[in-house]
Amino acid sequence: MYPAPFHYHRADSLQGAISLLSELGDSARALAGGQTLIVWMKLRFDEPQHLVDLGRIPDLSRISQEGDEVRIGALATHAEIAGSAVADLLPIVRDCGSGIADAQVRSRGTIGGALGSADPSCDWPTLLHTLDAELTCTGPEGTRTIPVSELVEDIYTTILKPAELITEIRFRRPPANSGGSYTAFKRCAPAYPTASAGVQLTLEDGDVCSDIRIALGSAGLKTVTSEEAENILRGHALTEASIDKAAEAIVAAAEPVPDQRGSEDFKRAVLRTLVKRAVDIAVRRCHGETIRGHHEYV
Amino acid sequence: MSMSEVIDKVSIQVTVNGRSYQREVEPRLLLVQLIREELGLTGTHIGCDVTYCGACTVLVDGNPVKSCTMLAVQADGQEILTVEGLEQDGELHPLQKAFSENHGLQCGYCTPGMLMSSMALLAENPDPGPDEIRKGISGNLCRCTGYNNIIKSIQAAAKEMAG
Repeated sequence: MYPAPFHYHRADSLQGAISLLSELGDSARALAGGQTLIVWMKLRFDEPQHLVDLGRIPDLSRISQEGDEVRIGALATHAEIAGSAVADLLPIVRDCGSGIADAQVRSRGTIGGALGSADPSCDWPTLLHTLDAELTCTGPEGTRTIPVSELVEDIYTTILKPAELITEIRFRRPPANSGGSYTAFKRCAPAYPTASAGVQLTLEDGDVCSDIRIALGSAGLKTVTSEEAENILRGHALTEASIDKAAEAIVAAAEPVPDQRGSEDFKRAVLRTLVKRAVDIAVRRCHGETIRGHHEYV
Repeated sequence: MSMSEVIDKVSIQVTVNGRSYQREVEPRLLLVQLIREELGLTGTHIGCDVTYCGACTVLVDGNPVKSCTMLAVQADGQEILTVEGLEQDGELHPLQKAFSENHGLQCGYCTPGMLMSSMALLAENPDPGPDEIRKGISGNLCRCTGYNNIIKSIQAAAKEMAG
C-alpha cells in the first residue's frame, strides 16, 4: 500500500519546521516517528499534500533530570525513554515506555507524536496525566506551556494552533515515598490497548495516601480522570474496600466505546481490574519493592 | 492533489548490508519497497502492511524497524541490515543455522523478520530467558510454529554465539 503522493520537506531546525508548516498551511503534516501517521496515510485516512519531517532536528530528543524536574524532548523514542535514567528512577515511566507496542515500534515512535495524535489509545498521554506533566509548545506566535490535561480537545484533535509543535514534556519528580504503575491490556503486543490504567501515589505516616492521581486510557474519547475517585483515597489509609470504591468511581466516569477489542461491559471489567492492579503495584513500589511492570497480552 | 502535479523526487543514500546505494525516490516510497523493488533484496517480506506482523523487520542503525512503516527518505544516510546480510562468506549466521536445526520455521514467511528481531534482541541481551525472548519477538507474528521452536532456536543461537 502506498500513501497518496505528497511533497517531502526535511526540517533542519525547529524554527525552520514552524516556518514551513505556517507557509504550507492545512495541507501539511508534521512527521515525527511516523508510527501513527504513515499507517494512516497508507490507509488513506489522511492525504496531506506536504510532509515536514522533524526527524533530523537536533536536540529535540534529549532526556534530562535537573533538580526535581524531569524533561523529555518530544522526539525521544519510546525505546530511548524506556532505557533512560529517568525510567530507572520512575518505574511508571519504564512500564509505559517498554510496554508500548513492540520493539520495532518503540524504535521509531516518539512521545511527542503519541501526544500530538490525540489518540485515546496511546499510552503516554494517560501516563503523563498521572504525573501532571506540562508540555512546552512552540509555534509562529512563540512558546507556551500547556498542561497535558488540556492538550486534547476531542478524539484526534488537540488545542495546538496551526504550525504549533510540542517540543518538550516536563514534570516534577514525585516526592519520596511515592510509587506509580502503568499497565495496559492488549490482544497482542502490536495492538493498541483494549484498556489501560496509570496510578501515581504518595504514602505518608504508615499507609495514609497523601496524594494520588489515576488516569485511564482507551476508556473514552479522551484520557479519563476522576477527582471523585482520587478523593475517595486521598487523605485516608488505603483499604481493599476504598480501592474498590475508587475503581468503581473512575470506571463509572469512563465511556469505553464498544469495538472489535470488546464490548463496553467487558472494557469496564478490564478497567476495574487494571486500576486495582496498578494501585497494588504502586503501593508495593512505595514500600521499596522492585516490580517489573509490563503490559498484559495473551 | 491533482494527478498532474509533479512531485519532486528526493535523492537518498543508504548503506544496505555494507553496500552503499544512491537513489532518486518518490517521497511516498516505503523503506520496504526501496529494499525489495529498487534494490532487489526480496528476502524482506511484506505481510500485513500495517505495522502489525513484523515480517518486514530490518535493522536501521542497529534498531529493529518495521520497514512498511518507514519512508525510504527517512532512512537517508542510515545503515540497514536485511536478512541477506546475515550470511557471511557463504556461512549461515548462527541464528539462521539454529532456526534450521531446531525447526524454527514451517512456511518461512515470517522468518526473515523473526531473524532480524532476534538479532536486535541478542545484541541487547545476549542470554535471554524464554519470557524475555517471547517479549523480544512479540512484534513478529508466526502462524505456523506456535513459537516454541522459534524460542528454542534463539536460545540455541545465543549459546552458539556466546561460544
